[in-house]
Amino acid sequence: MSVLVYTESEKGKFKKAALEVVSYAKAIATQLGTTVTAIAINAEHSESLGNYGATKVLSIKDDTLNTFNAKKYASVIAQAAKNEDAKVVVVSASADSKYLAPLLAVGLEAGYVSNVVAAPSSVSPFTVKRSAFTNKAFANTEITTDVKIVGLSNNSFGLVETEGTATVEDFSATLPESGVSVVSVDKATDKVTIADAETVVSAGRGMKGPENWGMIEELAEVLGAATACSKPVSDLGWRPHGEHVGQTGKPVASNLYIAIGISGAIQHLAGINSSKVKVVINTDPEAPFFKAADYGVVGDAFTVVPQLIEKLKAFKAQNA
Amino acid sequence: MKILVCISHVPDTTSKINFTDSDTKFDTNGVQFVINPNDEFGLTRAMWFKEKQGASVVVVNVGGAETEPTLRKALAIGADSAIRVNTEATDGYAVAKQLAAVVKDGGYDLVIAGRESIDYNGGMVPGMLAAMIDANFVANCISLDIDGTTAKAIREIDGGKETVNTALPLVIGGQKGLVEESDLRIPNMRGIMMARKKPLTVVEPVGVSAETKATSFEKPAPRGAVKLVDADNIDELINLLHNEAKVI
Repeated sequence: MSVLVYTESEKGKFKKAALEVVSYAKAIATQLGTTVTAIAINAEHSESLGNYGATKVLSIKDDTLNTFNAKKYASVIAQAAKNEDAKVVVVSASADSKYLAPLLAVGLEAGYVSNVVAAPSSVSPFTVKRSAFTNKAFANTEITTDVKIVGLSNNSFGLVETEGTATVEDFSATLPESGVSVVSVDKATDKVTIADAETVVSAGRGMKGPENWGMIEELAEVLGAATACSKPVSDLGWRPHGEHVGQTGKPVASNLYIAIGISGAIQHLAGINSSKVKVVINTDPEAPFFKAADYGVVGDAFTVVPQLIEKLKAFKAQNA
Repeated sequence: MKILVCISHVPDTTSKINFTDSDTKFDTNGVQFVINPNDEFGLTRAMWFKEKQGASVVVVNVGGAETEPTLRKALAIGADSAIRVNTEATDGYAVAKQLAAVVKDGGYDLVIAGRESIDYNGGMVPGMLAAMIDANFVANCISLDIDGTTAKAIREIDGGKETVNTALPLVIGGQKGLVEESDLRIPNMRGIMMARKKPLTVVEPVGVSAETKATSFEKPAPRGAVKLVDADNIDELINLLHNEAKVI
């Protein structure tokens, strides 16, 4: 028995979230007195997962798995879990992992808890803390099945490096037929995604129009950040829906969240509550966001943001 | 085409979240309940299929009698009939099991659920249901077109979107994008009157036990007051983010 962790990769390279789930799986394995096995699909340098606590990596290389397919991927992970007699399976909170996890849960007859934010508070009964009510609360949740699946929220545990080595074993799996086939993928490859970002720069109606987003994008670029927006901005069509963060949009769990010209409606604040440090820039000192932020600047985005860009560039140059 | 739309009965997005019974139960006192927003986008798309493609639309909820006003609202928006599975929604797995029984019983071609409910945010019911009834499944669905028994859907992925071809029977986890916010319908008086006469069937649950259990709830620790930085002193903001918060 071991803890199995699904380590996602993109074009062969492990995602940061993959390293985080391995770190997390290692913490669970230590609590259970066992080891971590990772399952990697078409990834290179799988042995590198040893640096985060994996002892073994099952590596499957199969061209038919180059395009993500939830049913096929769930089946591969289920077969790996059975191979390892895993009692705990850890996945990330990426769109793909959240897609496959419920299928995996049914396949393994395992209880699944998503949006987990910390290592188990107890392994018997197996209890984890998860965010609920769109980050307005946490629920301590017990999983009562023999096999358990934990979906870890991004950026909630962090990366923990260890001195370890992982042995890599070739793995093969029988793939099921899938009735879902990908026609096309439309994805900006040069941009940081909100899910992966350590810093998110988000802007609202205070920007007055989509034509003014240049400075937001520039600020994001200086910070290596993803861009996001408030709900009204996405409803107005100023920015794509994929950037909308909040209760009906995307949750954000970045280390730094900078809100520019966003008043801070309760639904927006809920969606970003898991972010660690929040900065608000707004002309209105009464904006509710000031009550939820760590740092605030009362001022006009059109003067503050260009200054911030300039000074950050100088800061980066100095600290490079 | 027979469509089943799954409706969660959830606290309004503006609700303050509190707990009772030593933090083991959600405090419904003073809370207004609504159709889960992700489900409402799906319901509105279902109305489009009804009006343009002659689909029939049944809405379903797993819950006690207190959820019936939410189902009536879905009927007022235009669903043909409603089913309430008379049991507490204990966890995602148990809800999916109940819904699987409803789908098998009714022979639906398409099941539209929200990608997640905004209360427990499990995000697992649509996928589990699809696996249980062996239907195709598209998560985070932001566009859906049906032609005969084939379907074309768009799924939101991290940093973009993916277009897929699939076929009925199909389950989707839907969200905004299936329709726009401006397409959502507020029930009119005629719809509300008609909803009263539409069938709302209460069915008894199948036997199933939950796999997970929320044993207690807690609220995030209260945060300290915001530190204000003068708009003319952006250097100080950078200093705080670097030396105090250590995030840049």
